[in-house]
Amino acid sequence: MGAVKVSALQGVSLAIKKGEFVAVMGASGSGKSTMMHILGCLDSPTQGSYYLDGIEVSRFSKNELAEIRNKKLGFIFQSFNLLSRTTVAENIELPLIYRKKTSKVDLDKIHRIMHSLGLGGFDRHYPNQLSGGQQQRVAIARAIVNEPTLLLADEPTGNLDSATSKDVMNILRDLNQNLGITIVLVTHETDIALYARRIIVLKDGKVLSDCPSQSSVLSDPSFPG
Amino acid sequence: MTVLFKIAFRAIQRNKLRSSLTVLGIIIGVGAVIVMVSIGQGAKAFVEKQLESLGTNVLIIIPISTTHAAARGTTGTITLTAEDAFAMVEESAAVSYVSPGIRTTTQVVYGNMNWTTGVSGVGPDYQIIRSWTLKDGRFITQQDVNTMAKVCVLGQTVVINLFGALDPIDRWVRVNNIPFKVVGVLSAKGQSPTGQDQDDMVLMPYTTVQRKIMGVTYISYVLASSTTAESRFEAIDQITSLLRQRHRLRPNEENDFTVISQVEFASTVMETSHTMSVLLGSIALVSLFVGGIGIMNIMLVSTTERTREIGIRMAVGAKEKDILFQFLIESTVLSSLGGVMGIIAGIFTSKLVSYYGGWPSLVSPPSIAIAFFFSNMVGIFFGYYPARKASRLNPIEALRYE
Repeated sequence: MGAVKVSALQGVSLAIKKGEFVAVMGASGSGKSTMMHILGCLDSPTQGSYYLDGIEVSRFSKNELAEIRNKKLGFIFQSFNLLSRTTVAENIELPLIYRKKTSKVDLDKIHRIMHSLGLGGFDRHYPNQLSGGQQQRVAIARAIVNEPTLLLADEPTGNLDSATSKDVMNILRDLNQNLGITIVLVTHETDIALYARRIIVLKDGKVLSDCPSQSSVLSDPSFPG
Repeated sequence: MTVLFKIAFRAIQRNKLRSSLTVLGIIIGVGAVIVMVSIGQGAKAFVEKQLESLGTNVLIIIPISTTHAAARGTTGTITLTAEDAFAMVEESAAVSYVSPGIRTTTQVVYGNMNWTTGVSGVGPDYQIIRSWTLKDGRFITQQDVNTMAKVCVLGQTVVINLFGALDPIDRWVRVNNIPFKVVGVLSAKGQSPTGQDQDDMVLMPYTTVQRKIMGVTYISYVLASSTTAESRFEAIDQITSLLRQRHRLRPNEENDFTVISQVEFASTVMETSHTMSVLLGSIALVSLFVGGIGIMNIMLVSTTERTREIGIRMAVGAKEKDILFQFLIESTVLSSLGGVMGIIAGIFTSKLVSYYGGWPSLVSPPSIAIAFFFSNMVGIFFGYYPARKASRLNPIEALRYE
């Protein structure tokens, strides 16, 4: 497992190591969405390169990118993005059905993940029968079911109240610390960003600051964040 | 693949009303295909049966009443005589056998049993022309005709209704209180293509029917056979000119008879069924096309509605072809559902058409296969564009779609 090196967004160059928990902050238009899309292999940079897990993926075709997303990436979104008329278990199973080798879906594994996220017994429920926090946990389960190299969380607490936000962030921190999953979190909320161990602040497509969360610019009360 | 089918079925279930309306066009189209093919094949079977039962070289000459004939002082329908028939075989080279025919319906009595049936007066060659075998006894001979013998040959249905298990040979039946000796029994021939029981008949010498039963001198038809199936046109021409001459028709007068060939009759049936098939075929084509457009329309709505779903699927690793197949399978499942229902509707309609319309129809496995194939092709053809559109979506935009 090599380092993740990114060269994007007007000469921005950064590397994220395996097992890191990084928060990307910035106002709208700062380029954090673009960065997220490139990191998530949803988009390719027009210039420069992106090494994911030691593989240069920036010139990959759409299909190759889909395969990379399937194998190495997990996504968590602000609006959960669960399939509404599909059961919780089937939502979590979703990445596995697009595997090249459709070997038997490991139901035990799905149950284990559900259990560890406090979703035991919800298999046959539909997302609209769950609370926001539960829905986001289903999304987390879906994001980690394929054991991704990199977990991308795009404003994961944007639709949640502060108590559930804390819940979700604790789960993410757990995943990072106990399972060693690399996480990149995009947020504009300072308290959420502080769950990460490294904070990158973008402004106008450039890195404004990149430092451990303790010494971040966020600690500066003048930062508008 | 099974997963994709599951997804497709679920999507269809989600909008039951919409799906069933979409499918309606396909049902009508496929139903029309089934009816079309089954009527075509039914007509073909009908014609084959007809030719088989009457032979390709059989000609029927029947008198037709014309105002001219009536004006000449004769009654329109009695222009045909036995002499006309014999003249045909003597003077027309293409005619090999003739049998004068006269037919009436009357009651036949044996003991305390009676049966109302058709009594046909025929000549000895009738058996050859119709290639009808005897089950027992002998057929009517020239001797019987010459002597107006009171003999008869019975069809199977008459035997069963009058004699039951008894052997009718050499027993006497009564027609108009005249005793007739049963000399022969015909083998069973079954239903004619038009549904008549051909075995419900008593044959006698035509002279006997003319004089002893009906008291007339004319005949009601002539059954003739041409030497070969190909020479039937020649035979028709020869018979026509012969009869015109014998009936002294002036060139500007219309025929007072008509010559019907089984082949021509059959081809009329074929032509009518062909017209019917073309008509139904165009209905099928139009409704399959309209049904297909309906499917395309619904699939376009469906893909737009589910843009976000597509985005999610793409984000977790669905490739273009996964999305393409998902929607293609959905449209194909829709159209083949319509296909199955259309096949059922078509079979039902075919039965109705043949029952009430008296039109022969034959639902065959190939017609079902063709219809099912067409419905699937419609689904693939009209589902491809929306499916491709869905598969080409940009995942980022699809995820943002509200």
